[in-house]
Amino acid sequence: MSSMSQAVRGGGREWNATNVVGVALLGLIGLWILWNFIDSPTQVIQVAILGLCNGALYALIALGYTLVYGIIELINFAHGDLFMLGSVFSAMIISDWFGQETSNPTGWAVFALTFVAAMAFCAAINVSVDQLAYRRLRNAPKLAPLITAVGVSFIFQNVGIIWNGSAPKSQNAVLPGGSLEIGDVRVPWTYLFTVIITIPLLLLLTWIVQKTRQGKAMRATAQDPDAARLMGINTNRTIAFTFALGGAMAGAAAIMYLQNNGTTRYDAGFQLGLIAFTAAVLGGVGNLTGAVLGGLLIGLIQGLNDGAPHGLGQEWSQSVVFSILIALMVFRPSGILGSPTSEKV
Amino acid sequence: MATNAHTGPMLKVENIHVYYGNIAAVKGISIEVNAGEIVTMIGSNGAGKSTTMRAISGLIAPRRGVIEFEGRKISGMPGHEVTALGISQSPEGRRIFGRMTVDENLDLGAFLRNDKDGIAEDREYVYGLFPRLKERIHQKAGTLSGGEQQMLAVARALMGRPRLLMLDEPSMGLAPMLVELIFNTIRQIREQGMTILLVEQNALAALDIADRAYVLESGVVKQQGSAKDLAASDDVRKAYLGG
Ligand SMILES: Nc1ncnc2c1ncn2[C@@H]1O[C@H](COP(=O)(O)OP(=O)(O)O)[C@@H](O)[C@H]1O
Ligand SMILES: [Mg+2]
Repeated sequence: MSSMSQAVRGGGREWNATNVVGVALLGLIGLWILWNFIDSPTQVIQVAILGLCNGALYALIALGYTLVYGIIELINFAHGDLFMLGSVFSAMIISDWFGQETSNPTGWAVFALTFVAAMAFCAAINVSVDQLAYRRLRNAPKLAPLITAVGVSFIFQNVGIIWNGSAPKSQNAVLPGGSLEIGDVRVPWTYLFTVIITIPLLLLLTWIVQKTRQGKAMRATAQDPDAARLMGINTNRTIAFTFALGGAMAGAAAIMYLQNNGTTRYDAGFQLGLIAFTAAVLGGVGNLTGAVLGGLLIGLIQGLNDGAPHGLGQEWSQSVVFSILIALMVFRPSGILGSPTSEKV
Repeated sequence: MATNAHTGPMLKVENIHVYYGNIAAVKGISIEVNAGEIVTMIGSNGAGKSTTMRAISGLIAPRRGVIEFEGRKISGMPGHEVTALGISQSPEGRRIFGRMTVDENLDLGAFLRNDKDGIAEDREYVYGLFPRLKERIHQKAGTLSGGEQQMLAVARALMGRPRLLMLDEPSMGLAPMLVELIFNTIRQIREQGMTILLVEQNALAALDIADRAYVLESGVVKQQGSAKDLAASDDVRKAYLGG
């Protein structure tokens, strides 16, 4: 009896130890940010804002992972590469079709048009892959669609090589250049646009998922596909719709990325995909709010690491992001907002 | 109530064979349900009752045999189309949407309808049948007690305003008082003219309420007949009614 209660208490202590280490880690990060801030407040604010703008981009991509995972429990390894195809597609429309090379009112109109086209393009591709490949594997073991997604990722990258070449290409930005300056803090306009465009997209997505009939069908299908069918929900169409939403978000991210970075490269999706995936896991995969939060957090941390006075510098950027992923798996595998009872999709 | 001139049985299951992979769960079952009847399928665990229900609802396609609803072939149809034709099922194990509220669950039951007034009417009707649900309208369904979840599953199936209501073990795991409540509710629903196909482990209660019954065993129909006759039959009493 006493040994049993001891074992139970021992278990409790062990759990607490993990907690303590986790909290200590967070505390250290907090102190590190404070140290940077005291040393150079302007610089910290500057890089934090840039980081958050990047984070908005990560959030858009992370949503695609989390939407699809929420509804069919598939980690869509091809999602980052879909984003890449979206950026090459956007560059093609802006530069090749319209020959737009500068930022002027025509350029902004071309941007708006391409924005919508990129969303539609990525949505269409995502839906097609689902219907051609994953749909046939709905009743197969989980590993089958996962491996398929890895295969699709390679296919997309090869399409990217054929389409864009194997070397990075620089592209013209058509959004206004220059920066918004508040005191010593300077934020490029394109970065601000990313945030300004992301916010209504997130609101729209939330509204679709929470309030519309399609959204209800999505949530029901995510929770119990058979029960959803009994309600009269066409689960296959609902899953396709979810792929369309995730694809559209990737398309929006793609054109914003193009404006921010001014390059297209066939392997852009690999890096950004992994970062966004980390963001989705950080927030609790399957959780929409979590994906956004995770994206912003990773953007912020990356921004501070790359640009703060005592950061490790850009060459450590990836290592830092994936250290977060590893630490998360140890301390909080279900993510910030993920818990068995929380709302998925 | 009937929307067409169809005359035969409302539901006709003809010699269906249903497999999970290579394992046959249903091996040639035939069942009929006439409009206005309560028909029950009884039989021990693993006899194939739920599989038959799933096949009727289009959740799993029979490998052989035909299922007709109001004269129309429904076997092979996807589940959502079967529901659209007027068949609702309250599945085994409730399968309510636990992360949604009671009210949202009922909404989903009426997913295919757009007659706002009719839906509001039916909502009042099911809250009348199960007043306890009404007190928990905005509660997440996953936090309800087992009995309340069962009520919700039945209520949700009713919200589709089906012509055929299928209930798979609605009394499973419930305290005796709740079992009685569920069976009384089934009686009330029937009095409204609903046709019901009922699967039950509680054979005594099922035979008491039903017009006709099928006894299933290892994927085949072992006996069939009027519920009264079956309740009196020695074989059935021995096997399912404890003597
Ligand atoms: N998902 C499944 N996969 C494989 N076999 C199953 C599955 N569901 C049921 N079975 C098998 O099919 C047979 C019939 O099961 P079921 O229809 O659930 O019986 P009942 O509802 O009468 O208890 C059983 O032998 C059961 O083990
Ligand atoms: Mg069963």
